[in-house]
Amino acid sequence: MKKLLIGAALSAIAFSSPASAALSVFACEPEWGALSSEVGGDKVSVYTATTGAQDPHQIQARPSLIAKARSADITVCDGAELEIGWLPMILQQSDNSKLATGQPGAFDATSYVRLLEQPSRLDRAEGDIHAAGNPHIQTDPRMMLPIAKALAARFAQLDSANAPYYASRAADFEKRWSAALAKWTAQAAPLKGVNIAVQHHAWIYMENWLGLHEVVPLEPKPGVPPSSGYLAEVLQKLQATPAKFVIRAAYEDDRPSQFISEHAGIPAVVLPFTVGGTDGAKDLFSLYGDTINRLLAGLKK
Amino acid sequence: MSEALPHSGGTKVSRTSVLPSRHTCPRRNKAVALAVIGLVLLAASPASADEAADLAAIKSQLSALEHDYGGKIRSLESRLAKAEADAREARAAATTANRSASTATVAAQAAAQTAEASANAAQKAAAEAPPPAAPPASNNAFNPGIAAVLNGFYVASSHDTQTAHIRGFAAGEDARGPLRGFSLGESEVSLAANIDPSLQGFLDFSMKDDNSLSVEEAYIQTKDLPYGVTLKAGRFLSGIGYINERHAHDWSFSDAPLPYRAFLNSQYGDDGLQVRWLAPTDQFLEFGAEIFRGDAYPATGASHTGQGTVTAFVHTGNDINDSSSYLLAASYLHSRADKRDSEGHLFDGTDDLGILSVVYKWAPGGNPVVRNLTVSSELFYGHEGGFFDATAFSQDRFGWYAQAVYQFMPQWSFGLRYADLGSSNPGPALAGSLLDDLGHAPRAATALLEYDTSEFGRLRLQYTHDEADLKPNDLILFQYTVIYGPHGAHRY
Repeated sequence: MKKLLIGAALSAIAFSSPASAALSVFACEPEWGALSSEVGGDKVSVYTATTGAQDPHQIQARPSLIAKARSADITVCDGAELEIGWLPMILQQSDNSKLATGQPGAFDATSYVRLLEQPSRLDRAEGDIHAAGNPHIQTDPRMMLPIAKALAARFAQLDSANAPYYASRAADFEKRWSAALAKWTAQAAPLKGVNIAVQHHAWIYMENWLGLHEVVPLEPKPGVPPSSGYLAEVLQKLQATPAKFVIRAAYEDDRPSQFISEHAGIPAVVLPFTVGGTDGAKDLFSLYGDTINRLLAGLKK
Repeated sequence: MSEALPHSGGTKVSRTSVLPSRHTCPRRNKAVALAVIGLVLLAASPASADEAADLAAIKSQLSALEHDYGGKIRSLESRLAKAEADAREARAAATTANRSASTATVAAQAAAQTAEASANAAQKAAAEAPPPAAPPASNNAFNPGIAAVLNGFYVASSHDTQTAHIRGFAAGEDARGPLRGFSLGESEVSLAANIDPSLQGFLDFSMKDDNSLSVEEAYIQTKDLPYGVTLKAGRFLSGIGYINERHAHDWSFSDAPLPYRAFLNSQYGDDGLQVRWLAPTDQFLEFGAEIFRGDAYPATGASHTGQGTVTAFVHTGNDINDSSSYLLAASYLHSRADKRDSEGHLFDGTDDLGILSVVYKWAPGGNPVVRNLTVSSELFYGHEGGFFDATAFSQDRFGWYAQAVYQFMPQWSFGLRYADLGSSNPGPALAGSLLDDLGHAPRAATALLEYDTSEFGRLRLQYTHDEADLKPNDLILFQYTVIYGPHGAHRY
């Protein structure tokens, strides 16, 4: 038995390949994985823990995630308790003190922007609320600028030899991103002031950016699936204040928005929410391009 | 604790608490007292000539201060107004000139810089700018995260669960089925916190329905040992098997599977030391070993002879594809018993147990929110040898269970479990004893329907056909479980 265990351990060590990149990044969500690549280039190797098909609130603390966190130098995550249901378990089991809260190896994107909807009352009777505010900041691409800057500084702190490299990557990203922002904002002009319904209350930052007006969420409380009674209420509200379309993230159950779409006679628009959420959202840039195209298409229907 | 302190120590403590006041300079004390009295008199007594002059001086000083501060406040106000105006201007300029830099954030920051505002004004303007990287909040600042688990049962059964045996096994007290009627089950309160950068602590009290309070777990664990090594010390649940390390409220069914009840008295936890090592591989691979005091079933009598329990386990797992993943575990436990009591019958000897565990999870696209499936199975093989009621014996025992829980829509899941046990003949001298299975193979089949009010609340309806004893027993069980407080994320 003992010999077998030792043998297995030795072979495991032999098979683990050394990382060629300077920093090994454990990105919690695809958008932060993509941003890490934009800023870190070939000096970082990025592992993205979740996909666009998954709900970032609810991830199983799978063995593969623990193994990846074991050898990571930094976690690049959303923060603001978005990952509270799974990341703490992974960090605890991976026993990697570099990633502990407060260490340079723990990067939370939400720490570098101002969060909206900070609840005045913390009570689980209000559903799945986050004490720090609404965590879904990536729905507004303007957020990426301060975060990219902060991420470059953090990479530089962990890997000072490549500090100029990260700084120049971040500056280059800022230039390309600013140009893209101007393009997207111009494209999205027809969306200003448009009434929408949303499945999960996750789009507040995008609504802010594009001037969309959220009439009603399909969840009675954040994270609480709607009952048919509540959906009837939503329909009533939509009769009083019609919305142009109802949006949901690609990972979400399609039934509530489909129901509203059929009964209110408005299109249901599926948005990628993150990189990989839809086929069109291949990288950080096409994520927002695809989002705007889909919103505009919803407007025309 | 206070009883344990020697009496003289107690006196010493009280003496040291008295001493400092004796040693403080009496003169200074007197001066302070005089000053206080003087001030009180000054405020209370009618003004004499001298005092009137003093008062006038104070008044003039006050008005000078008022004037001074008034001016300062006015100047601050005007600077603030200017900074705000600058911020507005800069924002407007930024939005029109450069749409791309249109975040209020960036503009407000820029404005704050260009205006060279005073600290006050900058703070005001920064209300619209992002805060500096705020420290991520931990569970409850410096207080431990306190969580409570409440459990309630209603059980209806065709026979009493408390007098039934598991044939062929000299089992412990917790191997019995759930109490009939209404009962509280097990309520838990846990306190978890980081102690310092190197250690974290966890304390879990469990209150049984008979009002007894027990310390379920109380351990410290290292946080920053190098090379993927973790040490744990104190009282904790052993890492053997798949469900052993989980608290009962975290099990997929309302009770432990039959092999856990028969071999481990439902769950093995004891006082001891654990070391784990997580290999630096992409394949999850973890090794662990434990040494325990040896006071909990299947061991006993540590206080008499200092005998202990040792365990070793290895876990490995990975993703199969986007939708499915697995975990495999092999565990071994060796323990010694000294006068282990099963309903008045005593066992002295050794117990060896090996467990193989396999867990498979599936969720479409890795997203378990709407639908997900967990299938798990564990195989137990063990040997007990020594003396049972002073009769020498040697017995092989085995058991297994397989279970599947399928969440078919949000909040709703359905589960099935089957378990089976067996034991070899303990010899003619022990015929008819607890160790004799009387030709009966204990087994149980369970079906479960679960509704989750949220991830913190759960209602269960469970039906079990239990043939652990000769007389089959049918049980219907209703259970609620709720968790409140900062409850940690769940294990795989």
